[in-house]
Amino acid sequence: MKKLALTLATTAAAIIGFSAAAEAAPTKICFVYVGSHTDGGYSQAHDLGRQQIQKEFGDKIDTPYLENVPEGPDAERAIERLARSGCSLIFSTSFGFMDATAKVAAKFPKVKFEHATGFKSGPNLATYNSRFYEGRYILGQIAAKMSKNHGAAYIASFPIPEVVMGINSFEQGARSVDPNFKLKVIWVNTWFDPGKEADAAKAMIDQGVDILTQHTDTTAPMQVAEERGIHAFGQATDMLASGPHAQLTAVVDTWGNYYSKRVHALLDGTWKAEQNWDGLKDGILKMSPYTNMPDDVKKMAEETEAKIKSGELAPFTGPINKQDGTPWLKAGEKADDATLLGMNFYIEGVDDKLPAAK
Amino acid sequence: MSVFEAILLTIITASTPLVIAGLGELVVERSGVLNLGVEGMMIMGAVAAFVGAQMSGSPYVGLITGIVAGALFSLLFGFLTLTLVTNQVATGLALTILGLGLSGMIGEGYVSVPGVQLRAIVFPLLSDIPLVGPVLFKQDLTFYLSIALLIGVSWFLFRSRVGLKLRAVGDSHGSAHALGIDVIRTRYLAVMFGGACAGLAGAQLSLVYTPQWVENMSAGRGWVTLALVVFASWRPMRVLAGGYLFGAVTILQFHAQGFGVGIPSQFLSMLPYASTIVVLVIISQNRRATLINTPASLGKAFVPER
Repeated sequence: MKKLALTLATTAAAIIGFSAAAEAAPTKICFVYVGSHTDGGYSQAHDLGRQQIQKEFGDKIDTPYLENVPEGPDAERAIERLARSGCSLIFSTSFGFMDATAKVAAKFPKVKFEHATGFKSGPNLATYNSRFYEGRYILGQIAAKMSKNHGAAYIASFPIPEVVMGINSFEQGARSVDPNFKLKVIWVNTWFDPGKEADAAKAMIDQGVDILTQHTDTTAPMQVAEERGIHAFGQATDMLASGPHAQLTAVVDTWGNYYSKRVHALLDGTWKAEQNWDGLKDGILKMSPYTNMPDDVKKMAEETEAKIKSGELAPFTGPINKQDGTPWLKAGEKADDATLLGMNFYIEGVDDKLPAAK
Repeated sequence: MSVFEAILLTIITASTPLVIAGLGELVVERSGVLNLGVEGMMIMGAVAAFVGAQMSGSPYVGLITGIVAGALFSLLFGFLTLTLVTNQVATGLALTILGLGLSGMIGEGYVSVPGVQLRAIVFPLLSDIPLVGPVLFKQDLTFYLSIALLIGVSWFLFRSRVGLKLRAVGDSHGSAHALGIDVIRTRYLAVMFGGACAGLAGAQLSLVYTPQWVENMSAGRGWVTLALVVFASWRPMRVLAGGYLFGAVTILQFHAQGFGVGIPSQFLSMLPYASTIVVLVIISQNRRATLINTPASLGKAFVPER
């Protein structure tokens, strides 16, 4: 029922949004969001990027967007509708849109597509991603310093490589400070349900967890952390307003500069179907100010951040064992991107059984 | 506070909106009207309550704004289905879609604004009783309202004359009309009561459950409510039981994950819905008992002869 409602709403939005803009002239750069453009998290971060390029390019471009597009068959219809409506470049911004985007891209060779956080590409399909895990390594280190009982809880959405990578990187960072650190993982199986995210947060705090981190999109866990007087990390946007005493820092997505680079390339005719994966050093990922922590912890976090930016430190550097104790990386060995982008196993120290991925 | 106590408290928070909206929808359906727009009315209540609380600075004003918004929004449904005699199912669905969109528009400027929380009312002394105290005497107003609603709705439907009339309208609107009962007016009032309850449930979401506004924050709870009414076979006490069962399974699955119970999380996420289906199957074993409670005119339009 809810899906039906969303489909109808999406279709209606598409019709209204695109019949009005049929007069041509500005280049159409289109966006597809999985959540609402004001979700206070992931989709909003993309929308801030959209607003940035709209401002920068002014009348030269038009940036319509579709929001609340469910992942699955509905996504394909939504993206196809955009492709038909004269978009020159379509950014589909969620992992679950990958197959739909690839299908539509094959059907419309003249339209250019960019898919965020996935691994399928094509002649007119680029991918782009942010090395969120670099930030999460820093979160792990801070958590290990701040936790009184050598552990934290990770509120996770779906067992996709990005999330598994984030969990592992957090644990890896924590273990670099405290080898006995245990990370509890709670799967809520949604990106967006403030009630459920809050329930998961409360359950973990009731079980004695004193540090929360989230890989879901609303500020609800941060709010619960604030209310219960424990610490937490923000996700996608700076969530300090929801947790003025709780937030230690946040991994902030800043897509605007990337979008600007790509639109320039499109207008210059130099756009190529590249596979981009930028990180802290490119500014696509930022750490919000380190707050609510002692100076030595802050100093450590800043040093780690600088080391990651300079390339001196890579979060996944051996020796690292897989969860069951079998060796994964030898001492000094660095994980390659292909392994990371398809990561479907836990490393040692994660206190959870990985749900079977699709 | 023990873990057990903490779990109980979170279960209550998770269950209260379901119970409140469920009792409202039960009265609507008992009057023979099927309003599938609970999700839409709930989200309207949530946004109105949030905005009301922000503007006045008082969560109680917010609560009232939410109730009024839900009732007014349901009036739209009432006008369409009762006066213009549109299809109830389609109109209910449309109400949900409209509510989700409209609430997003109204709440646009309020996303990520820290909310005004409805605090618990603490009864001195009573709240110090171990276990029972915090659970029964240290809750926010919406919990007490849900219990008052349960008692009120039960008494109204089965002990009062007006309630008898309402049930008569739901079971056979033709006969009720012949007896001189104003069918349309009764149904208007029932629909508005249901809307007010959905609005209150929505207010609980944005003032108590997670004191904030984000679009679509009802996240399907309105649909769960509709299932809950069928699950309860239109009996108020069973709405309470079902709501708490649903809330309990939701919370307990997180604790199971935290304690490292080796069950796939997807299965645990499905449990609340699965348990609803199981209980539905058990209840419908007794076909006659189910039919006795089902309002016979449910979903049928009434057009008085002139």
